[in-house]
Amino acid sequence: MAKRVGIEVSLAIAEAAKLANVDVVSAYPITPQTHIVEHLAGLVADGELDAAFIPVESEHSAMSACLGASAVGARTFTASAGQGLELMHEVLYVASAMRLPMVMAVANRALSAPINIWGDHSDAMAVRDTGWIQIFAENGQQVVDNVLCSFRIAEDHRVLLPVMIHLDGFHLTHVIEPIYMPEQDEVDKFLPPPQYPLPLHPDKPLTMGAFGPPYIYTEMKKAQEANLTAAKEVILQCWQEFGSIFGRDYSPVEGYHSEQTKVLLLTMGSFSETAMEAIDKMRDDGKDVGLIRLRLWRPFPFAEIRQAVKNAEVLIVLDRAISFGGPGGPVCSEIRSALYNEDTRPKVIGFVGGLGGRDISVSGFEEIITRGIEIARTGSEQEFEMYGVRE
Amino acid sequence: MMADKIAFGKRLVTKEEYFSSGHRACVGCAEALAVRLACKALGPNVIIVNATGCMEVVSSQFPYTAWSVPWIHTLFENTAAVASGVEAGLKTMKRKGRWPGQEPQVVAMAGDGGTSDIGLQALSGALERGHDFLYICFDNEAYMNTGVQRSSATPFGAATTTSPAGKESIGQVTWKKNMPAIAAAHDIPYVATACPSYPFDLMDKVAKGVATPGPAYVHILSVCPTGWRCAPELAVEIGRLAVQTGIFPLYEIEGGQYKLNVKLSKLKPVTEYLKLQGRFGHLSEATIKEIQDRVDREYAKLMEKATAVAGSS
Ligand SMILES: Cc1ncc(C[n+]2csc(CCOP(=O)(O)OP(=O)(O)O)c2C)c(N)n1
Ligand code: SF4
Ligand SMILES: [Mg+2]
Repeated sequence: MAKRVGIEVSLAIAEAAKLANVDVVSAYPITPQTHIVEHLAGLVADGELDAAFIPVESEHSAMSACLGASAVGARTFTASAGQGLELMHEVLYVASAMRLPMVMAVANRALSAPINIWGDHSDAMAVRDTGWIQIFAENGQQVVDNVLCSFRIAEDHRVLLPVMIHLDGFHLTHVIEPIYMPEQDEVDKFLPPPQYPLPLHPDKPLTMGAFGPPYIYTEMKKAQEANLTAAKEVILQCWQEFGSIFGRDYSPVEGYHSEQTKVLLLTMGSFSETAMEAIDKMRDDGKDVGLIRLRLWRPFPFAEIRQAVKNAEVLIVLDRAISFGGPGGPVCSEIRSALYNEDTRPKVIGFVGGLGGRDISVSGFEEIITRGIEIARTGSEQEFEMYGVRE
Repeated sequence: MMADKIAFGKRLVTKEEYFSSGHRACVGCAEALAVRLACKALGPNVIIVNATGCMEVVSSQFPYTAWSVPWIHTLFENTAAVASGVEAGLKTMKRKGRWPGQEPQVVAMAGDGGTSDIGLQALSGALERGHDFLYICFDNEAYMNTGVQRSSATPFGAATTTSPAGKESIGQVTWKKNMPAIAAAHDIPYVATACPSYPFDLMDKVAKGVATPGPAYVHILSVCPTGWRCAPELAVEIGRLAVQTGIFPLYEIEGGQYKLNVKLSKLKPVTEYLKLQGRFGHLSEATIKEIQDRVDREYAKLMEKATAVAGSS
């Protein structure tokens, strides 16, 4: 039976990668990701994990080495954050387009300038369109479970795509949580060694990464889009199987007092747990409010989102990133566009908050919900509002 | 040229092509020739990691490929890093019993831009970490794929599209970056220079580099008729002149020890090399003198470093 242990989430991620028996870890340190890769380096140094740890000289090289390792069929893991993820940017597109399965934990961090090491989702949103499967976690247990699920999903021959697991920098990476760490034999059964179908190998020479002129580029992109969209089915199957073995269930969109509720708040990542407390408090005060937590960011769960909010009148979306000069937060604009053609749909009100590590307390969420309800009634002069700005 | 004939006569080269004809390189491209020769020396048991640049573009246009060995291209500046991952992945899978068959050699290939400019950091990292791989720089002295822009490997006085010669400029105003010395400064076991005009020397060095445990670096001067504005049929001759003028000496560095491979009792004047190329057509006598002086100085320095002078051709 799995033991529940008190462990820092970063270390638990490294332990999960060890349970997954990864072959190659290639990473470059950046706060708040450092504890993950330090612990992995330690596991390799102690002989507890039989893997190559490549201490590269940059994140661009970290991700590039992951491409190489994955292309020969090695199970490959890395982690990054903020500026590091941005330095990887062009390489991320290659990983997905070349269908190289690998898993990366992203300790979400704000982007410079000003330099800021704390959490928000600016880094995640900047890599939104890189073609990776992207999952947001709310707590340490979810991260650990999703490291294991992500390798299963990534390596599934119907998928063969890289997976990013987003977890909030500091709010998640640096906290000690009680986490069930699965047993090795359970993991081995759930996650057999990878069998990449077409690795680089002299027995069957392949040309990988060919030049794609206009006559074929569109078709390649269509294939990539179809592939990522179809991955949802495999993700759902994987989560279901994981649930039946390990007893913890995952779905793309989670509700909290959200059925038949008129006012819903939507969050992603670790803020959900504080938001739930605010919902409890407001419901105790007789208010008809609930919460939607978006866990699967790519492929975007259109059907599940539409289903989850179909009875609501007001949907308040909190983004931890900003699209400057645009319609507000990226999550809000995606949700709004997903609902626009529905016959009945809630009013969608956007807030941006929690930037650069700024916390939002229980009362903060109450304020956001209250103001959101007011905007739904009276309208606002702004496309979206920023919460908590000190004037 | 007697020596060349003897050299050809005494050597057998595989008829096997791993970089086959039908690719789209320009007529007379000595970079394509260098790749072809290097591949013959490498044989089939390799994985090649190729940077963006002329050789990638001309060889891999979907759905065709000139490569009959496993080959991967991803980006421009990350070749050494991708090769690091390939090498580490292979070794680990072999150790864990999950790599079927022989372990292939890992070879990275990039142009001078992909090596001495944008890819220098990734290369330095891979050399410093000690991966077991061979890195080959195919140096045609500019960014040819994008239309002959200057790189840090472009020679002094050469006109390129971003170092044009004009009323106020002689063209490139900086001296060619010494990439082999930079590679050697990483204390790696094997560094060499080569040129396809000396095909056996080139193949020997590639074979030696790839057989060397740990990182090896081979820097190959590759005449580009399109970018150098020279006659395609002179590509091999111009490569030979680069060596015989002392502009591009052929040497090896093993364990920090320099060894010259082509014996030259007397250097030919640089003008013999320069005058065949349009990129130098604008140079004044004074600038040519400056180049000659520099070449003499650099060659003397190299001679000082080199001990044995055993000629192969
Ligand atoms: C990050 C990035 N910057 C610029 C380019 C455009 N680019 C492609 S190939 C190339 C020049 C290649 O020069 P070199 O490495 O010398 O190879 P050559 O084509 O001369 O063989 C450039 C600038 C690119 N593909 N990626
Ligand atoms: S531009 Fe130069 S290097 Fe490129 S294919 Fe043509 S001749 Fe070869
Ligand atoms: Mg070049």
